[in-house]
Amino acid sequence: MAIPDEATNGKAFSPDMKIGLFIPCYIDMIYPEVGIATLELLERFGLNVGYPLNQTCCGQPMSNSGDEANAAATERLFVENFRGYDCIVGPAGSCVKQVRCHFDTLPQTDDVRHVRQRTYELVEFLHDVLKVDSFPWAEFPHSVAIHNSCSSIRGLAIAKPSEIMGASFDKTEALLSKVKRLVLVPVDRPDDCFGFGGTFCVTDEAVSARMGLDKVHDHLRHGAEYVVSPDMSCLMHQQGVARRAGLDLKYIHVAQVLNAGPF
Amino acid sequence: MSRAKEVDPAAEAALFILQDQVHEPMHDRFLWATMMRRDEEAAAMPEWEELREIASKIKEHTLTHLDHYLEEFEANATKRGAHVHWALDAAEHNNIVYSLLHDRGVKELIKSKSMLQEECAMTPFLEKRGIRVVESDLGERIQQLDGQPPSHIVFPAIHKTRQDVAQLFARTIGTDPGNDDPHFLTEAMRNNARPRFLAAGAGMTGGNFAIAETGTFMVCTNEGNADIGASVPPLHIASIGIEKLIPRVEDMGVFLRLLARSAEGAPLTQYSSHFTGPRKGGELHIVLVDNGRSRRLGMPDFWHSLKCIRCGACMNTCPVYRRSGGLAYGATYSGPIGVILDPTFDEFKYSELPFHSTLCGSCSDVCPVKIDVSDQILKWRRVMAKKGYLPLAKRLSFAVAGHVFGHPAEYHAMENVAGPAIDYAPHFLLYDRTWNPWGRDRELPQLAKETFRQWYLENRSEHANVQH
Repeated sequence: MAIPDEATNGKAFSPDMKIGLFIPCYIDMIYPEVGIATLELLERFGLNVGYPLNQTCCGQPMSNSGDEANAAATERLFVENFRGYDCIVGPAGSCVKQVRCHFDTLPQTDDVRHVRQRTYELVEFLHDVLKVDSFPWAEFPHSVAIHNSCSSIRGLAIAKPSEIMGASFDKTEALLSKVKRLVLVPVDRPDDCFGFGGTFCVTDEAVSARMGLDKVHDHLRHGAEYVVSPDMSCLMHQQGVARRAGLDLKYIHVAQVLNAGPF
Repeated sequence: MSRAKEVDPAAEAALFILQDQVHEPMHDRFLWATMMRRDEEAAAMPEWEELREIASKIKEHTLTHLDHYLEEFEANATKRGAHVHWALDAAEHNNIVYSLLHDRGVKELIKSKSMLQEECAMTPFLEKRGIRVVESDLGERIQQLDGQPPSHIVFPAIHKTRQDVAQLFARTIGTDPGNDDPHFLTEAMRNNARPRFLAAGAGMTGGNFAIAETGTFMVCTNEGNADIGASVPPLHIASIGIEKLIPRVEDMGVFLRLLARSAEGAPLTQYSSHFTGPRKGGELHIVLVDNGRSRRLGMPDFWHSLKCIRCGACMNTCPVYRRSGGLAYGATYSGPIGVILDPTFDEFKYSELPFHSTLCGSCSDVCPVKIDVSDQILKWRRVMAKKGYLPLAKRLSFAVAGHVFGHPAEYHAMENVAGPAIDYAPHFLLYDRTWNPWGRDRELPQLAKETFRQWYLENRSEHANVQH
């Protein structure tokens, strides 16, 4: 796994810490309920959460296409917005991976290093930093298939990649298993990418759509009612594929399940 | 180097998917099953991850002392009676092979599978000069009869169904087109190939590993075809890329345990043959080929690709390769390893390849010699972007997006306008809706009536100015 040293910091957590809420652009505009669920969930733990109003994007759409020049201003703004926080938490694995692993073309100032080291994806923040052991308010009487994104698995180590040998773990599963009446269903290809890939989904439309459709069928075959993910961008693609094919599956973010809504 | 038009893997992959409901699903299922076998084999070895690390270190060490090991190999191979030739590029390689054949009056050549000989376009070169070249690997022979390059570095005809093969053999070697039984087809080709082994004046192989300590090279196959080709005709020529060097015989214990498990989920290939000097009464020539490898060794971001042992695990695991078929890449090497190797031959022609990936990272995790394949794909995108090879539409959109995302006031102004003005996803995510392909196979996501930011200002106004 290509995880830079700075990704695995083990600094102790203090409840007085200022938490910066990072709401990626597409969640802001398309899935505001995911942002609301994330904020409310963090507030349930009594955290001091602030939302910098000038935030826009992490730079990933440009950076993933190799376009560092056009990504740089966005990345600098991200650092400017969040440098005052002790921890930055965002409900989006691929965006957090962008900050942590790919802000490497900026000059590595103290602020840049601080922001890269202290930005967490929501599941890892709950699992590794807060070490949450229960969600007493949450109940979800449905069968659920987990979809951890590739960025979360291979970039942030949220779950063990199937290619790497060793003890199995899945932090998303560990959190969801604490939700009352929720039934997890296994799938055939849990960590096979299903084709969002940012701009890939439009530049490589046929392959992307086929990957998505294969995944939808994998979920349906195993009787899932809901697909739950820490990455709404994957779900946006998959939901589009399922809707077009007229297949009945619902897609929600893990924050919505853990916070008991809003849906 | 040709300045041909860029290959367009996305368009070719679409054709592979859309041709019917048979080929792509079969291709995906077969390679996925291969991956499952690989995972089982790897899991059965507690030291798997340690082996990968050791293999990677041995390759790094050898590549950083390559001049030393190449000379050691040459000296030891020569001592054992082999003739060692040095080829700077494909043209030199092909000319060396041609002179060896021509000088001995060889008119027919039987060869086993070699990606390096593919890379050098050796077969058309020799055939133009009147030498008949016959592939002896079954998959490679199928591809040769069909006039196609291999679509996979281990399973050359994996994109074909057995019905395709039955039709092809009916057309080319006269079998019954209705009989697609694999045993029948294999036997038919076996009988067809036997006389070719006997008629050939020379046999050619590649080499999976070249051992400096002894001057030995190893060839791993499942069909034993390389062994017959190297043992029956009087002349054996092996083409070996200079990156295939490993220092010692004992290092083979690491690589042989990784190779077949990674490639096909089997503990070992059926044949792992060592060639040390010529057999009695025969001649052995080894052509060591650079063809851009030294230049690649000097590329800080990309030299690790030289560690590759050509197992093809990155192709089997790649969700994009499995749906695309290898021919879609339009290059000698396909799949993730092809994406990072091909641009070193021609950056313009292969400028689209690094974009034919979701950057899922599975290739890096499966690689038995720990090549950072996925990171290199991203780095190649940066190279293509700097060279101005990004597709035009993408370039324009990012210039706009880069500006808007960097300027919060404009971003929020756009948000406010975009909300009521369009029902669908924002322009910067989907580019131009008039030709945007998102909508062909997917419903578009709808913009929310209220953004998170607007909700926040209404519901958490007391927190709204934490920082600003």
